[in-house]
Amino acid sequence: MAKGESVAGTDIPPGGFVQLLTPDGERVDSVTSADGTTYSVDFTDEEYRELYRDLVTVRRLDTEAVALQRQGELGIWASLLGQEAAQVGSGRALRPQDMAFPTYREHGVLYCRGIDPIMPFGLFRGVDQGGWDANEFKFNQYTIVIGSQTLHATGYAMGVTMDGKTGSTDGEAVIAYFGDGATSQGEVNEAFVWSGVFNSPIVFFCQNNQYAISEPLERQTRVPLYQRAGGYGFPGIRVDGNDVLATYAVTRAALDNARSGQGPTLIEAYTYRMGAHTSSDDPTRYRIASEVESWKAKDPISRLRAFLTKQKIAKKDFFTEVDDVANQKALDLRERVLAMPDPEPVALFDHVYPNGSPEIDAQRDAFTRYQASFEGSGH
Amino acid sequence: MSRIKEFNLPDLGEGLTEGEILAWLVKVGDTIELNQPIVEVETAKAAVEIPAKWGGVVTRIFHEAGTVVEVGQPIISIDTDPGAGPVPSATPAPSAASDEGETEAGLIGGPAPGGRTAVLVGYGPRTTTAKRRPRSGTATAPTTATTPTPPPAAAAPLVAAPVVPAPAPVVRPVSPAPVPSPAASVRTGPVLAKPPVRKLARDLGVDLAVIHGTGPMGSVTRDDVQLAASRPEPRTETAPAIAPAAPAAVFDASREQRIPIKGVRKLTAENMVASAFTAPHVTEFLTVDVTRSMKALEKLKSRPEFAETRVSPLLLVAKAVLLAAKRHPMVNSSWSGATGEIVVKDYVNLGIAAATERGLIVPNIKDAGRLGLQELAEALNTLVRVAKSGKTPPSDMSGGTLSITNVGVFGIDTGTPILPPGESAILAFGAIRPMPWVHKNKIKVRQVTTLGLSFDHRIIDGELGSKFLRDVGAFLTDPEAALLSWT
Repeated sequence: MAKGESVAGTDIPPGGFVQLLTPDGERVDSVTSADGTTYSVDFTDEEYRELYRDLVTVRRLDTEAVALQRQGELGIWASLLGQEAAQVGSGRALRPQDMAFPTYREHGVLYCRGIDPIMPFGLFRGVDQGGWDANEFKFNQYTIVIGSQTLHATGYAMGVTMDGKTGSTDGEAVIAYFGDGATSQGEVNEAFVWSGVFNSPIVFFCQNNQYAISEPLERQTRVPLYQRAGGYGFPGIRVDGNDVLATYAVTRAALDNARSGQGPTLIEAYTYRMGAHTSSDDPTRYRIASEVESWKAKDPISRLRAFLTKQKIAKKDFFTEVDDVANQKALDLRERVLAMPDPEPVALFDHVYPNGSPEIDAQRDAFTRYQASFEGSGH
Repeated sequence: MSRIKEFNLPDLGEGLTEGEILAWLVKVGDTIELNQPIVEVETAKAAVEIPAKWGGVVTRIFHEAGTVVEVGQPIISIDTDPGAGPVPSATPAPSAASDEGETEAGLIGGPAPGGRTAVLVGYGPRTTTAKRRPRSGTATAPTTATTPTPPPAAAAPLVAAPVVPAPAPVVRPVSPAPVPSPAASVRTGPVLAKPPVRKLARDLGVDLAVIHGTGPMGSVTRDDVQLAASRPEPRTETAPAIAPAAPAAVFDASREQRIPIKGVRKLTAENMVASAFTAPHVTEFLTVDVTRSMKALEKLKSRPEFAETRVSPLLLVAKAVLLAAKRHPMVNSSWSGATGEIVVKDYVNLGIAAATERGLIVPNIKDAGRLGLQELAEALNTLVRVAKSGKTPPSDMSGGTLSITNVGVFGIDTGTPILPPGESAILAFGAIRPMPWVHKNKIKVRQVTTLGLSFDHRIIDGELGSKFLRDVGAFLTDPEAALLSWT
């Protein structure tokens, strides 16, 4: 395991983690973990630049969403600030055939799946139920109930095995996202048991952002989270979740293990939620400013930028251009969110059954007539 | 849509009904950009900055800081196309809604500490006083807790004692005797009641604490609440014993000021508590004759390098601390419980406690050990000037490793400072006074000061702390000799 030096502002958690890019932007060639696996990445300059663009874009879109919430245009927003590398690193490690099960904070993974970032905004604006075709995007619906998606993912992964889609280098793998708080849920432990016993092609990707809303990590666990995997019979590994390169390397290896039939892996991406749990939360009530300051020094974007600059992979023009394009995307997103239409009241009947039903059809007709009975109609 | 757009206070956090304007970050006439922070608003859940929804020029601010505004009321209007010349009707007619909003806010009473009903869902407001519908009577029922001399006959009832026997118990055979025995009425723990019963009590304006519970384990039932609500309120004359015979001094809210805990005060409190109850503090004192330091300072002032630089005794204290830290590196360290390590730092980010209008802050001079005396003096001057202007950036306030608090400026001799979190030593520097002092075996008037050093006893033992403090004192006693022998 990579054992960094404990210097100010860059504390490494006890037990270490896989890190390929230090907070100062120094590249570590490769890291060999305790089980002998060597992690590294071999990106072209262009690929490095695109990772940087992803991180910046994802953060910029998130910032716009936070502003929209504060302006009364979204009911609530769960910001990913600080967790960009964990999401982009793992999201880019997915192959097209892989299936992802997000929480409600995986806006970065959604973006990396090539999905229009506006997709979840209907949910947060309250104009739809946040439903979309999970199979079309290979990205399940946002799940609000903490940890429940790990069971959905486990069942899906068992289905992948039954369909005979594992056991080869181009097999299908499943990734389930959850947070440190979810590890205290029964569902997550059940998911670990079933996936372990059935050797399912699944990667449990835990973004340990140190807080379950206001509850700190030390109230969740007495051992590092990744070590829990041992009790369920599959490997666990911790990665620097603010290091996009290490997160990519570790996730890619775990997904490849899963797709080739070697079973589950628990990844603990060690990161920090820089903002509030959601827009309804005030983190200053349960954590002190100096702690937040210390994590600013480990920012995922500034370390990659430092690396690109030092290695002369990118210059100021590039960074400016990335910022400009991200800004444009954010303004475009704003316009489109503001233009989202309110749903027609009758739309509530639309998704009850996939192919409709006589009972629902009758209710819809009655409701339509009732609506029409008002003067001016409509609402 | 009109050029002038009004921005209404949104629901900032799932079911909030109001927010308090903490501070405006813009004023009328300012040109603002989209998403520029314009106002800080505190709700029952969080204090947040609201970014501007449109770019343009601020044409009106509806509510001053300190006002509680209901969700949906306009708070600011913005001319979104100021380049297009004057607005046809010079000032936008204030909408009925906005006037209403101001009135409402006044009625609520601005930043009142209690009585808010600010959330509809989610975790609750901080205030502990729930807004209650007033009960039909005029006085609150006396309770054992607040009745200093209960009339003996009343046997200290917890239930609001009716003047005449209420008719209600007659039609409620399940009710127990209306006057419980004194033993049963002494409540020790919190009131037991199921959530729906609590809600009922709140809706009916009944205080659960004064109801005698008849349910299991003395819990308050729905019937108990309804019974209490149906009773007439006791009139004031029913409790003559507690009526004050003569006007006496009052000690209530009318003579108290309530200051919201927020901002720097809140942060200071967090840091102090975190430090005081984590690091075991030891404080040592040393009184030293600093006459030679004062003379050295005079010499410095006359040197051309310092012609443009203000120097003060703090400069020499800072230098003394930096040099002593070099001789005893362990004092410049921090305790890392998470990694099980003591982190000894080769760099000194020297914190200087500063009293500002916003409160106490401790900005630090980064890598101060590397600075020459003149650079150190400049850095100190800049730090103090920026702190006083209230513009110290967060980066200057983080990463401190060793600190000085200059209580002498307030005319104080010394103190027992509390460590900034993460630091292991802090020096209090007291007032310099002319005092009788034994100098060369004679009593002379000398310039004397007292130093107070607090240190984290987990890391620093008495021996090390003493040596460090002795060295700081030795420098100030004879700076030239110390410089010659140490550097």
